[in-house]
Amino acid sequence: MREIIFTVKNNEQLAQNIFQITLEGDTSEIATPGQFVNIKLPDKYLRRPFSVCDWSENELTIIYKVVGSGTETMREFRGGEKISALTGLGNGYDLSATSQNPVLVGGGVGVPPLYGLAKKLLAKNITSSVILGFNRSEECFYVNEFQKLGLNVKITTLDGSAGIKGFVTDALTGDEYVYACGPLPMLKAVHEKVLDGQFSFESRMGCGFGACMGCSIRTKDGFKRICKDGPILKHSEILWSVE
Amino acid sequence: MVDITTELSGLKLSNPVIPASGTFGYGEEFAELYDLNILGSISIKGTTKDSRYGNELPRIAECTSGLINSVGLQNPGINHVIQEELPRLQKIFHKPVIANISGFSVSDYVYCAERINAAPNVGIIEVNVSCPNVHGGGIAFGTSCENVAEVTREVKKVTSKPVYIKLTPNVTDIVKIAQAAESAGADGLSLINTLLGMRINIKTRRPVIANKVGGFSGPAVFPVALRMVYQVSKEVNIPVIGIGGISSAEDVIEMMMAGASAVQVGSANLVEPLACKNIIDELPRVCERLGIEKISEIIGIID
Ligand SMILES: Cc1cc2nc3c(=O)[nH]c(=O)nc-3n(C[C@H](O)[C@H](O)[C@H](O)COP(=O)(O)OP(=O)(O)OC[C@H]3O[C@@H](n4cnc5c(N)ncnc54)[C@H](O)[C@@H]3O)c2cc1C
Ligand SMILES: Cc1cc2nc3c(=O)[nH]c(=O)nc-3n(C[C@H](O)[C@H](O)[C@H](O)COP(=O)(O)O)c2cc1C
Ligand code: FES
Repeated sequence: MREIIFTVKNNEQLAQNIFQITLEGDTSEIATPGQFVNIKLPDKYLRRPFSVCDWSENELTIIYKVVGSGTETMREFRGGEKISALTGLGNGYDLSATSQNPVLVGGGVGVPPLYGLAKKLLAKNITSSVILGFNRSEECFYVNEFQKLGLNVKITTLDGSAGIKGFVTDALTGDEYVYACGPLPMLKAVHEKVLDGQFSFESRMGCGFGACMGCSIRTKDGFKRICKDGPILKHSEILWSVE
Repeated sequence: MVDITTELSGLKLSNPVIPASGTFGYGEEFAELYDLNILGSISIKGTTKDSRYGNELPRIAECTSGLINSVGLQNPGINHVIQEELPRLQKIFHKPVIANISGFSVSDYVYCAERINAAPNVGIIEVNVSCPNVHGGGIAFGTSCENVAEVTREVKKVTSKPVYIKLTPNVTDIVKIAQAAESAGADGLSLINTLLGMRINIKTRRPVIANKVGGFSGPAVFPVALRMVYQVSKEVNIPVIGIGGISSAEDVIEMMMAGASAVQVGSANLVEPLACKNIIDELPRVCERLGIEKISEIIGIID
């Protein structure tokens, strides 16, 4: 972990309520896709966690959905502004534990980390296929970006306004190795359908780097801090309810 | 050269800044960022007899200038702390630490104190009396003079180390509780723990945290903590560690002027992991600007 002061390069709208910020600054602490940054916002006490969507040596992008007062203020970020972020947080996806053709499954603002993941997998000569789930067509984003990587992309929407009508699980057979990120009900449905993979979890966080125990969940391997021992959990360790 | 050293019951501190229990884990995460040995001491996460998961999620709520937590004392239990965490901490922090212990019965506290007494790098035992007493009708130990006195007396019997009682602010008269601890033999006091608070999500019409209520901390509570440290330190003759909302070197000086011999920094570590380091770096400069040559001379200067 390190605290880095980034400079906003741009902040643009991608879809309904969905925005992308590009930040310039030292990204050397980011080791693997699926990690996140914890951003200081003006007039907010707690930092806000966001997955790293993509990064290069001196630049990173995050994609955020406006859901509350903190993300609302993020819309005000203008080019040139300085933002403090803790970087290199979380375990990230394990790229060594995969099949030759994994499926990346993203729902809503769970899509962003899968983009960085798809690129890193390609760099290892692993071509993934992608299933992106949204509520409706106005909320779809990054479909082109995945296609430009040459990947096979399937879309599902709840109302059928784009792609397959239904849930991401409708596009899965159950035999795939998945990398998943999205809302809890989606993670649960995917977890039930497939036999193996890695799943990215969210939690309200006090610190985001392992100090406060604000984000701990029970797993089959004991208590884990989503911020430090996660946010990625393996299929085999996930526990949905206390047994 | 400004002298920023201070003392707690014979324990010399290179400076008054101590990370507060529950906001610093066992130091590991912060050691990635700076050399922990610059700290006056470290108060470790509250330890109970058995390991605890704590409360259900969500445990954290944002507030204006602060947060509410309902972690519920998640910790690996006293034996694990003694066998694993304290030795690991000793490798990266070479000074005596403050061992924060909690319990749900007097015998729980005694059990923890007796065991942790043997740990070589424990300098002070800090007894968190904010927990409910399961044998005493479920009200927090720290809200009754009799309960505080009893815990203090029994813990003192099993340890040779200084015992500090960490007081809850959720009482009508904190001075009376402080005096009960002092009369029962406490070597010092730590105050304050978190204030009971609550947030509701008005869209979902549900409390933000699963436990409904939790402990409020952060800069918003500083004036309350300062007032309590002031009132208590005037009425007792044992050292007081000032805790609550401290985020700057100026806050440290203000808290010491109110009567604190040292301070603990809590929530600030969570949002600014370099908070303690920044405060320690700033402290001599701020003292100099204010004409303070020896920080211990300002302790309790307010009438
Ligand atoms: C590891 C991780 C990665 C994330 N990645 C992304 C991402 O790439 N894009 C994106 O849009 N969102 C992401 N989120 C969710 C994002 O952090 C929240 O939407 C955001 O914090 C909401 O802030 P707010 O002030 O607008 O909402 P408010 O509801 O006003 O926030 C109040 C408090 O609740 C917390 N909170 C609210 N919703 C969430 C949530 N879903 N998860 C965690 N904390 C929450 C806030 O951080 C804040 O402390 C991620 C969350 C985690 C834990
Ligand atoms: C996440 C969190 C966990 C805490 N855990 C403990 C604990 O285990 N034992 C304890 O005595 N106090 C605990 N506290 C209270 C702090 O040590 C401190 O007394 C309080 O937060 C006020 O200081 P602050 O405003 O600087 O945070 C905790 C506080 C927070 C925010
Ligand atoms: S948010 Fe503090 S430990 Fe995870």
